Amino acid sequence: MYAYIAKRTLAVIPVMLVVALVVFLLLHLTPGDPAAVIAGDYARPEDIVRIRKQLGLDEPLYIQFSTWLWSVLRGDLGVSIFSNMPVSKLIGQRLEPTLALSVSTILFSVLIAVPMGVWAAWRSGTWVDRSIMVFAVLGFSVPVFVIGYVLIYVFSLKFGWFPVQGYKAIGDGFLPFLRSIALPTIALGVVYVALIARISRASMLEVLNEDYIRTARAKGQVERKVMMRHALKNAAVPIITIIGIGIALLIGGVVVTESVFNIPGLGRLTIDAVLRRDYPIIQGVILVFSAAYVIVNLLIDISYSFLDPRIRY
Amino acid sequence: MTTISRRLRSAAVALAVAVPMLASAGVGDALAEKVLRIVPHADLKNLDPIWTTAYITRNHGYMVYDTLFASDENLDVHPQMVDTFKVSGDGKTYTFTLRDGLKWHDGAMVKAEDCVASIKRWGKRDGMGQKLMDFTAEMKVVDDKTFQIILNEPYGLVIESLGKISSNVPFMMPKRLADLDAFKAVPEVVGSGPFIFKKDEWVPGSKVVYVKNNDYKPRSEPASAASGGKVVKVDRVEWLYIPDPATAMNALVNGEVDLWETPAPDMLPLLKANADIKAAVIDPLGTQGWLRMNHLHPPFNNPKARQAVLWAVNQEEYLQAIIGDPTLYKACAAYFICGTPNETQIGTEALKAVNLDKAKQLLKEAGYKGEKIILMQPTDIPVLNGASLVTAQMLRSIGMDVEVQAMDWSTLTSRRAEKKAPADGGWNVFHTYSTGADVQSPVANIGISGGGVEKAWFGWPTDDVTEKLRDDYAREADPAEKKAIVEKLQTRLFDHLVPYVNYGQWFQPVVWRSNLSGVLVSPVPFFWNIDIK
Repeated sequence: MYAYIAKRTLAVIPVMLVVALVVFLLLHLTPGDPAAVIAGDYARPEDIVRIRKQLGLDEPLYIQFSTWLWSVLRGDLGVSIFSNMPVSKLIGQRLEPTLALSVSTILFSVLIAVPMGVWAAWRSGTWVDRSIMVFAVLGFSVPVFVIGYVLIYVFSLKFGWFPVQGYKAIGDGFLPFLRSIALPTIALGVVYVALIARISRASMLEVLNEDYIRTARAKGQVERKVMMRHALKNAAVPIITIIGIGIALLIGGVVVTESVFNIPGLGRLTIDAVLRRDYPIIQGVILVFSAAYVIVNLLIDISYSFLDPRIRY
Repeated sequence: MTTISRRLRSAAVALAVAVPMLASAGVGDALAEKVLRIVPHADLKNLDPIWTTAYITRNHGYMVYDTLFASDENLDVHPQMVDTFKVSGDGKTYTFTLRDGLKWHDGAMVKAEDCVASIKRWGKRDGMGQKLMDFTAEMKVVDDKTFQIILNEPYGLVIESLGKISSNVPFMMPKRLADLDAFKAVPEVVGSGPFIFKKDEWVPGSKVVYVKNNDYKPRSEPASAASGGKVVKVDRVEWLYIPDPATAMNALVNGEVDLWETPAPDMLPLLKANADIKAAVIDPLGTQGWLRMNHLHPPFNNPKARQAVLWAVNQEEYLQAIIGDPTLYKACAAYFICGTPNETQIGTEALKAVNLDKAKQLLKEAGYKGEKIILMQPTDIPVLNGASLVTAQMLRSIGMDVEVQAMDWSTLTSRRAEKKAPADGGWNVFHTYSTGADVQSPVANIGISGGGVEKAWFGWPTDDVTEKLRDDYAREADPAEKKAIVEKLQTRLFDHLVPYVNYGQWFQPVVWRSNLSGVLVSPVPFFWNIDIK
C-alpha cells in the first residue's frame, strides 16, 4: 500500500509538468496582449511596446517558460502582471472562499444525496422513489445560475434571510460565514445531490438483490442494519467514485457560482485573469487546481481498499 | 409514526429554528462607522494612474492623489493644490505657489520639488503632458512652496493641461516615487488626496478599501467636479467589484451596496421603479462611439472610402441597438462632442444625412474591388458588440464583403496593433468609445491625431494639415481664435481625414440608494461630498 502511495505521488510530478507546459503554450499561443490591457485603451502603440519589453513578454517563448518553471520549482509562482502582487498571495486570498464553498457543497450533497438514494432504492417503485428521481432529473436539467438567481430572489430579496452576494470568512464569525455560504452551497449542490442520489440508488438496487442481503434479512437482521451495514457499505465504491468525479466537476461549477454570488474565490480570479491575459495568475491557479484534482483522485483510490477489502494495491 | 417520519419532522423543526438564526446573524455589522459601498465600472488592477490610462485607475488616482489644478463641472479649470499662480508678461514663465498644510499620506510635507518631479513623470506618458513638455525649456524649484515652468514660447494650454480631468491626470506624488521610471508602476501608493488607500485590505478582483485622510485640508470653495473643497463625509469607502449585472442590481436593491456606477441599460426600468433607488446621469458630456478604420490598407486608405462610410452611418440605428432608451442618447455629429465649448456642426452634413447611393458612388470612386473587410467584434463588451453588428450590416448594404471576426476585448487590443494587411492577420474596422472629457479638446482627443504610423492611435491616420491645426490650437490663447481653429479642423476631419466615424453620443446613468446625498455632477465619479443618512 505504502509503495503504491509513493508511486502515485511520484507520478504527480510528470503530470504537473505536462499540465504546466500545455497551459503555458495554450495561453501564449492564444491571441491577446496583457501589455495592451495594462496600457489602457488610449495608450499609444509605442507605450505598449515599452511595457511589453519591461514585462519580458518580448522574450522567446522557451525563455519565458524556462524562467517561469525555474521560479515554480523554487516555490515562486511569480507576480501578477497587473497588480504586481505575488500569485501565491492572490491564491491565498482566494483559497478560503473556494475551499469553503467546495467543502460545504460536497458535505451538503453527500449528506442529502446518499440517504435520498438509499431511501429511493429501499422504496423502489413507490412514489418516494419516483419523486426522488424526478428531483434528480430536475437537478441535472436546471443550470446552476438559474437556481442561484431563484434562491437570491426568494431568500434574499423577498424574505431578506440571506445576503445577495459576498463572502464572510470563518474568522469573522461562524454564523455570518454560514449566512454567506448557504445559498451558494445549495445552488451549486443541487446538481451533485441529483448525481450522487441517482448513483446511490442504482448501486443500492444492485446490492439489494444480492444473496447476502437476503441472508441477512432471513436471519432476522433489522432493516436499518441491513441497509446501512450490509448494503450501503458494499454499494459505496461507485458512490465514492462519483463523489470524486463530482469534486473535479466542482471546479467548473465554482466558477459560475462565484460569479452569481460574487464570492471572491479562485474561479473568479481565473476568469478575470483569462480576460486580461494575466499569465502568471492563470498558470498558478491551474497548477493548484491540477494538484488538487490529482490528490483527490489519489485519496479516492486509496479509500477503495478500506471500503472493499477485496481491493488491494 | 415511523422512525423516518419522526426524523424528517425533527429536521424540519431544526431548519425552522436555524434559518431565522442565520438570517439575524451579522445584522448590525459596521454600524460604528460610515461606510460608502460602491460597485465600480471595472476592477482596479493597476495602482499607478500615470502608468496606465485605464479609467478605473484614474478614479483610484482621484481618491488618493491631488492635482495642482482641477476642472469644475463646466470643465473650467481652477487652482486645487496651488494657492496662487502668475504668468509673466511675455507669457513664458508660470510661477506656482502651493497651499499651506499639504501633506503626503506618509506624513511628509508636499514640496515644490515633488510637483516638478510629478509633472516630469506625467509629461513622459500623457499626450497633453508631452505637448506641454515640448514647449517647456525648464522647470525650476524656487523654494519649498514655489516652482516655475519656463516655456520656449507661449503655449495656450498650460493650465488646461495641469487641470485635465481625464487620463492621464497629472496627479502629484512624492519626488522619491515620481523620479522612478514612468514605464514601470510605482511600488507604493502615497498621495496627498482626501482618501488613504488600504493596501492590506486590497483584494484584486474583489475589493478596494479607502479610509478618510484626516490630515487633508479641503479648499473652502464648494465642490464642483474635480475642483473645490473635497470634503469627505464618510469614514471609509469600499469598492466592491461585482461583474455580474444581475447580482449588482440585487445587491443595490437589498441595500448591500450604496451606489452602482454603470448599471446595465436593460435593468434601468426596474431600478427606476424602486422608490429606494435614484438614477441620474452625472456625466453631462457622456460618451462618444468611434468606428475606427485602418488607414494603412485598402479600401480605407482612400479618403473616399472613409467618406462613403460617413454617408452610410445612421447614428440613430446604432444608438437604438446599443442603448435603446432615447432619453439616454442623442445623435451628435460633432467630433468634439455636443455640449462642450468646442462643439460645432461645421462639415457634419455627410454624417447627418444617410445616403446609401452616395456612399456606393464614393466607394466606386475609391476603387473598391470587393476585397474582404475584416471587422473585429468584441463579444464581451455589449455596446461594442452591438455596434459591430450594425456596422457589418451597414457595410454590406453599400456593397462591401464583410467578415465579422468574433473575439474578446483582450484579443482585439492585441490584434488592433497589427499593421499587417487584413488578409495576413491585420484588420479593417473595429469599434471603441471615449468619454466626452477625453474628446472635447483637439489636443486631448487622440482619435483625431493624423500623426501616421509613428504617432497616431491604432488605425494610423496620416495628415500633416490636421497635425498643424492641432498645434495651432495648442499655441492659441484667445478663445475666439481657438474656436475658429476648431472649425477649420473639423472641416478638415470630415472633408479629408475621417479619422473615425462618430456613431453617436450616449449618457450612462449612475444609480444609488436614496439615503445618499451629495453625488457630484462630473465626467468622473468622485466619492467626496457624499453623505449617508
